[in-house]
Order: sequence, then C-alpha cells, then structure tokens
Amino acid sequence: MTLTYYLVLAAVLFTIGTVGVLVRRNAIVVFMCIELMLNSVNLTLVTFARSTGTIDGQIIALFVMVVAAAEVVVGLAIIMSIYRTRSSASVDDVNLLKY
Amino acid sequence: MTGSETLPADGLLAASWLLIALPLAGAAVLLLGGRRTDRWGHLLGTATVVAAFVIGLLCTVQLTGVEGRSVQVELFTFIQTGNLDVSAGLLFDPLSALFVLLITGVGALIHVYSIGYMAHDNARRRFFAYLNLFVAAMLLLVLGDNYVALYVGWEGVGLASYLLIAFWYQRPAAATAAKKAFIMNRIGDVGLALAIFIMFAQLGTTSYAGVHGSVGLLAGGTVTAIGLLLLLGACGKSGQFPLQAWLPDAMEGPTPVSALIHAATMVTAGVYLIARSAPVFDATPTARNVVLVIGAVTLLIGAIVGCAQDDIKKVLAYSTVSQIGYMFLAVGLGPAGYVAGLAHLLTHGFFKAGLFLGAGSVMHGMGDETDMRRYGALATRMKVTFVTFGLGYLALIGFPFLSGWWTKDAIIEAALDHGGTWGWVLGGVAVLGAGLTAFYMTRLMLMTFFGQARWGDGVHPHESPPVMTAPMIVLAVGSVAAGFLLVQVFPLSGWLEPVFGEPAEAAHVVAPIVVSVVVTVVVALGVLTAWLFVGRREVPVTAPVRVSPVVRAARRALYADTVNESLFMRPGMWLTRALVFVDNRGVDGVVNGAAAALGGSSSRLGRAQTGFVRSYALGMLGGAVLVAGALVAVTAG
Amino acid sequence: MSVLAAAAGSEVVIGTGETIVFWVLGPVALAGALGMVLSRNAMHSALWLVSTMLSLGVLYVVQEAPFLGAVQIIVYTGAIMILFLFVLMLVGRDSADSVVETLRGQRIAATVLGIGFAALVGAGIARATRDLPVVGLAGVQAGPGGAADGNVEAVAAALYGRYLLAFEVTGALLIVAAVGALVLTHVERQPGERRTQKELSRARFLGSDTPQTHPGPGVYARANSIAAPGRLPDGAPAPASFSTGVEPQRVDELPPTGSTGAERAGIRHSGGTDAALGTLGGATNGPTPGSGSGAPR
Repeated sequence: MTLTYYLVLAAVLFTIGTVGVLVRRNAIVVFMCIELMLNSVNLTLVTFARSTGTIDGQIIALFVMVVAAAEVVVGLAIIMSIYRTRSSASVDDVNLLKY
Repeated sequence: MTGSETLPADGLLAASWLLIALPLAGAAVLLLGGRRTDRWGHLLGTATVVAAFVIGLLCTVQLTGVEGRSVQVELFTFIQTGNLDVSAGLLFDPLSALFVLLITGVGALIHVYSIGYMAHDNARRRFFAYLNLFVAAMLLLVLGDNYVALYVGWEGVGLASYLLIAFWYQRPAAATAAKKAFIMNRIGDVGLALAIFIMFAQLGTTSYAGVHGSVGLLAGGTVTAIGLLLLLGACGKSGQFPLQAWLPDAMEGPTPVSALIHAATMVTAGVYLIARSAPVFDATPTARNVVLVIGAVTLLIGAIVGCAQDDIKKVLAYSTVSQIGYMFLAVGLGPAGYVAGLAHLLTHGFFKAGLFLGAGSVMHGMGDETDMRRYGALATRMKVTFVTFGLGYLALIGFPFLSGWWTKDAIIEAALDHGGTWGWVLGGVAVLGAGLTAFYMTRLMLMTFFGQARWGDGVHPHESPPVMTAPMIVLAVGSVAAGFLLVQVFPLSGWLEPVFGEPAEAAHVVAPIVVSVVVTVVVALGVLTAWLFVGRREVPVTAPVRVSPVVRAARRALYADTVNESLFMRPGMWLTRALVFVDNRGVDGVVNGAAAALGGSSSRLGRAQTGFVRSYALGMLGGAVLVAGALVAVTAG
Repeated sequence: MSVLAAAAGSEVVIGTGETIVFWVLGPVALAGALGMVLSRNAMHSALWLVSTMLSLGVLYVVQEAPFLGAVQIIVYTGAIMILFLFVLMLVGRDSADSVVETLRGQRIAATVLGIGFAALVGAGIARATRDLPVVGLAGVQAGPGGAADGNVEAVAAALYGRYLLAFEVTGALLIVAAVGALVLTHVERQPGERRTQKELSRARFLGSDTPQTHPGPGVYARANSIAAPGRLPDGAPAPASFSTGVEPQRVDELPPTGSTGAERAGIRHSGGTDAALGTLGGATNGPTPGSGSGAPR
C-alpha cells in the first residue's frame, strides 16, 4: 500500500466525472459530475499534503470546497432561470449560440 | 522663332483674346440659353464669327506695322506646379494670322450658308453652338503660344468635330462615324500628348519659343521621337495614312460641317502643327522623311479611292485626304516647301469649302440624295451652283491661272527640287496625283451636272436660296483669285518670312515652265480619260457589280477599314476578351477562390460549433488526452 | 517504495488498517461514481454521489485530515447535496435522460477517450509517484507537544495566518455568489402583474384541455404500472393519460378479454379485471371513445 493508490483512485474518479459530463444531458447531473471531479482533486491534494508533510494541501482543498459551494449556488441558480424560460434542464436544449 | 524677336502686344493686338472669347461666348449663350435662343441663335452664332473675322483682319493689318511681325499676349498662368509652368498666352504672328483669317473668313461664310442649309432643322441652334465652339477651339489651337494651349484647342476641335459629325445622332451611321472619328483622333492625340510629355521631361518647357530655341540641345533620337509623335498627332487630325479612314465617314455630318471642319480648317491642323514645329523637324531628317512618305502615300490613296466612289461627299472627302497629302508632302520637304504647302492649304480652304458648299446645295435641291448616279443634267437646273462648283473644280484640278494651279505646281516643283531619285519619285507621285485628281473630279462633274437626268420622280431639283449661294459665290471668287493673289500680288513667302526665314532660291532641277506644261498635260489627260469613261457613256443608276479588282479595291477605300479591323480591332477584341477571361477566371478566380475557400472552410469549421456544450467538452477531453499522452511519452522516453 | 521509505528514516509506514479501509472505501467510491454516471434517474445519481462523497470523507480522515473529512461530510454531503436535491425536485424531477443519445458518436467517443485518459493519467501517476515519500503530518499537527495541537489547530493557524487574505477573498466570493444566485433566480414583477384567483382559474380552464389531473389507469386498466396508459371502455389507450413524468417504456399488460389465447382457453389470471369486461370487449353498440359524456377526459 502506497499513496499511489490514492492518486490513481483520484484519477479514475476524475475520469468518470469527465465522462459523466460528456454523456449526461441533465444539467443537474452534469453539475454533480463536476462536483465529483472537484472531489477527486481534493483527494489528490490531501494525499500530497500527507506525502510532503505540509498542511497547505489541506488548506487548498478547503478553498476548493468553498469555491465549489459558491459555484454550485450560482450554477443551480442559472439552471433555475434557464428552466423557467425554456422548461427544460437539458444542456442540449441550450444550443442557440452556434454557427 | 527663327530670327525674330517676339514683342509684347499693344493696341488691338492685346485684345486678340477676343478672337477666341467671342465664339466661345456665343457657344455658351446658345448652349446654356436653351430654347429661348432658338429664334435668334443662328444670328448670334454668325455674328460672333463675323466679328472675330473683323478683329482678326484688323489685328493682321496692325501686325504688318509691328517690327518682327510677331507679338505675344500674356493672359494668365494656366498651370503652375513643380517645374511645370504653363502660361496661357497667345502668339500672333504671320502663321497664326494666316490661319485666323482662314478660319474666321471661311467660317463666317459657312455660318451664313448654314443659316439657309439648316433652316428646316429643329436643332439649328445647337448646330450653331457647336460651330461656334469649334471656331473658338480652332482659334485657340492656332493662337496658343505653347504646345499645351495647342493641345487644349486640339482636343476642343476634336470634341466639336465629334459633336457635329454626330449632329444627327438619331442615325446609326452618323453616331458610328462620330465614334470612329473620335477614336482614331484619339490615337493621334495620344501621340501629341506624348510628344508634349517628352518636351517637358527633356526641356522643362512647352512654349514654342522655349522648345524651338533649345531643340538643338537634345539628342538626335529624342528629337526624332518628338517629331514622329507630333506627326502621329498630325496624321490623326488630318486624316493622313494610316489614320485616314475616319475622314470619309465623317461626311455623315451636315454638309457645312464637312466644308468647314473636314475640308477647310480642322483637318489642316496637322499641317499647321508640322509647320509650327518646323524647328523640330529641321533638326530631325528622319521624321521629316517620314512626313514626306506619309504625304505621298496619302496623296495617292486619296486620289485612287476618290476615283471609284459614287457618293459625292465621299469623293470630295477623299479629295481632301489627297490634297492634305500634298500639303504634308510640301511641309515634309523642309524650308523649300513650307510656304508652298501653306499656300495650298489656303487655296484649298477656299475651293474645297466651295465645292462642299456646292455639293450641299446639290443635295439640298435633290432631297438629300448623295449618290451621284442619281444626279445628272443639273447644270441647267442649278445655274449658280453649277458655276461656282465648276470654278472650284477647275481650281482643284489645277486649271491654269486658277488657285490650284499656282499652289499645286509650286508643291510639285518643290518636290522635284528635293533632288536625286527621292525628288523624282516624289515629283512623279505628285504629278500622278494631279492626273488622278483631274480624273475623279471630272467624273464627279460629269455625273452630277451633265449627261442624262437620272433622278427619281419625287425629286424636283431647284436652286438654293441666296443665303446659301452668296457664300458659294464668295468662295468661288476666292477659288479663282486666291492663288494669284497669294503668289503674285501679296507673296506669301514674304509674309511668312519672320516665321520660316528667307526663302532660299532653289536650284531648279526642272525649269518651272516645263513642270507647268507637263502637269497641265497630265491633268488634261485625266480629264480626257474621265470623259472617255464617264461622259461618253450612259451612267448606270446602280453601280455595276462586275468590275476589275482595282475598282473593287478602290470602292472599299483600298481596304483601309478591313486592315484596321483585322490588324487592330479584332486582335484588340481578342486581347480584351482574353483579358476579361483572365480577369474573370484568373484574377477574380484567385481572389474569389481564396475567399470561397476561406468562407467554405470556415463555414464547414463553423459546423463544429453545434451549440452543444457536450461536443465542446469532448473536444477539450480529446486535447487533454493528447497532452497527457505527450507528457507520458516524454517522461517515458 | 516501502523499502525506500523505510530507508529514509522519517517515513511513515502505511498501516494495515488504512490499507483495509482504502480497499473497502475505494471501490465504494468508484461504484458510487459509476452509478452516478450510469443511472438514468437524476435522483439516483445524486444518491450515488452521496455515497462517493461519504467514502471520500472517510478517506480524508484516514489521510490525517480529519477536519477536512468532517467538512466534506457535513458541508458537502450534507448541505451542498441537499441543495442539489432541492433543485432536482424543483426542475429536474421529470427530465430523466432518455436512452437515445442525440449527438452521434458522443457516447462511444467519450468512453474511448475517458478510458484512454484514465489509462494515461493513471500510468503517468503510477510512474511518477513510484518513489513518493510519505512524510506524514505528525510534524505539523501532532497532538500536545507537536507544532500544533492537532489537525484543526494546524488548519486554523494556516488559514488565519498565511492564507488570511485568500480566506477573506473566499468569504467575499461566497457572498457574491449568494447575491448572484438571488439576482439570477429573482423574478421581477411589475405592480399589478400578479394575477388574481379569477384570472388564474380562467387561464387554467381556457388554456388547456386538461384542467384537472390527467386520468388515472381507471377501471379498464390492464396493468398496475404508472407507465401504462389508461384504457378507454373499448380497450383503446387514452392518449391524455400518459404520464409525462415517466418515460415511455414497455409494460406487461393483460390482454383484452377474448382476444388472446389465455382468455379464450379459460385460464383466469390473477388481478385480472377483464372478466368484468367480458361482454364489453365484443360490444359494438357501446359508447365510442370521445363521442359523448361517457368518455373520460
């Protein structure tokens, strides 16, 4: 058992989140996938903090959480207002900005 | 100028700008005044030209008292930019005075004649406006004291000629002829413009005095170039080979126009240009010889083609071409021929204008019929016309002691005196031309005034009104007397001495009396031949089709139009088409193709902008995979 | 790795307990992530994500970050995910993803690229961190006697020390985000725009064919599923009865009376209501659908 396992786990979680962003159409689920990606990064940060013996990694992970919270608030608000005008939460329906 | 000091003008000479201003004002009033001037427009137009004639006459009289017989009138600065300093000034010297009198004199007569000739035309006012414009431009041409002023006048007469040929613009033939005249003139104008450019580039001046004073400093090639370019301009304006084809077509214009512009004055501008540029041509024997050749060739072409034409105005037009060829031949001979050429120019101005007015009178009486094959036996119906026309005819063919005899013989003598084989050839051509002239003019006389009446039922030949016959009578008198007066009473050589210097006493190769006799015999032979061919027989109303190749060629003007078309027009059109093709497909193709390629590829790339966020994210992931792969590849290596 | 770590002296050897925890929670986290991506219902996705986050929180604790683990569980899994669920219940409830992918090749390309990405990054990390030392955080956050009195104190010291400015800015960011969310979701209403009860009622009854709830399966239903359409008396499906919240799917229905072998063979099936309809199936003079008041709306 080494820290590499944590890192690989984080990489795989990150990838799953990425694929989720790509294949899911419900904007809320897409958001959840982004949260998953952020969490995997947090795991990496915590792991490296432990590896280097400094607390900074944890601090940054904390900041990531705060920013993620802010992002969720704003993002969900955007989804709400889009839903109000278009009656849809699908990211595919928001495709007016194109060629 | 040669050997004479040019003095500033005073007295009436200082007001010689009125010569130009009066007809110009007339043209402006008539053109801008519109229909309000319809009733008296023709009178105003005539009055301005008559006034100009009077002023010109007074100026000339005053000029005889001026020392050096040459005055300069500074008007204003025309163009002042950088090194170019063109002042609008007038030069009144014996040469310009000669032309001023010819232009205003003949012009005034023809204005009077036109009052009658154009009486039934709705657009008579416009006609007089154009005529006035022409007179103004022509006077500027001969009075300017530099080449730029000459060029302005040159273009002005070209414009007036264009407007007047196309006066009946409703007729396609007239419109086409006007365009043809304008374009062929333009070729010559380009030559003149280039000559002026070279003068300015090499000498820094365009005034006659400046150019002629320092022409000796130039390299031989440059002078020859200037001379040849000036000659090109002269050929265009004077209908000389190879630009002769427009002049006969120009007869589509009203007959007074043919008489004034295309016989008496404008077409002689080329002769004026060469005579005025005598110092340039004195410095370049090459260009002078080219002038000689062109004069001789044109002389023969005009005479030969004239023999086969059936249209009375076309015969006269080719006669004009031929006679101007004589003048070119004369001025090409150098100092020996200037005076002879200008004398012939003056007498030709009289009798050819008279002949055209006579032809106009015939047409007027015949219901605008121009085909001589439908004339015949008009001598008794139009007595005044017949007599005046006959006097012009005799003057033209060189009947002894009439105008043409004095001046044409002088040219032939000068040609023979040129010396050597060259002189014999030129003299021979000139004599031959005289014989041909006699032939075609006699043919014209016989077909028009003698023989059987061949006109149709609806035609009632009648004499023209006095307002038309009076100028014809005046011109007939001039045709008879001008030669004698200019050669014997008021010798032109003496009058022009300040311009061309002391006439050198030439060593005659052949005695003048022998020349006169030979020429007279040749002329008589021509007349006789014409009588044998035309006078004795019935003239068919329609031109016979089965004729010899020579006649066929002459009828088609020696294929001048064909040559022009096949040598210049067709290749030009091919070139244009090729250029248009290259422009459309090549240049535009590259430009449009590049634009289309960019536009197409961008719109195709734009298709990638589907608006689906997930597609974009997929692209980002692809990029991330590439970067990760590159990192791994690098670190693994 | 472990050999090198042991040689380094200050190495912290990862204990067996942690290994067990990792091998238990790691797969749970992975399964949660996969479940979130793969489940069609957004609500299920959220629940799967909660399990992943809980696992990660425990892993943080295991990795000497107990404060972060607590925050992860309380704030993230608790607060943020609840927010997700709220919004989900507001907007995404009936917007389950359909099975059909609209973008051609998107799924395959995403899967292929994802696997490639995971392989590359995983391989890269494995190669790069083969010799990763484990210093451990005992030095900075050991209990009494250490540099700090535990993890919370260490985090606090850093947060209110070196990272004070960032902390303050983050606080401002949170406030801005809150205000932004308010602005985004706020609906501006002009005075008087609010509709009265009468107008609302009018709009409801005039604007739509179904002012009431959609019809239920009714007495003629042949299945229990909400996904099956209601039946009209003649056995035809009632179009208005399709539930919009349920995606269309194949549902096992009982055959109409007398139309299939089972009924004709006289086999009675459980829950079958068709016995009561026996005569109606062949009736030709009964009320036709939609022709009169007898037809359900």
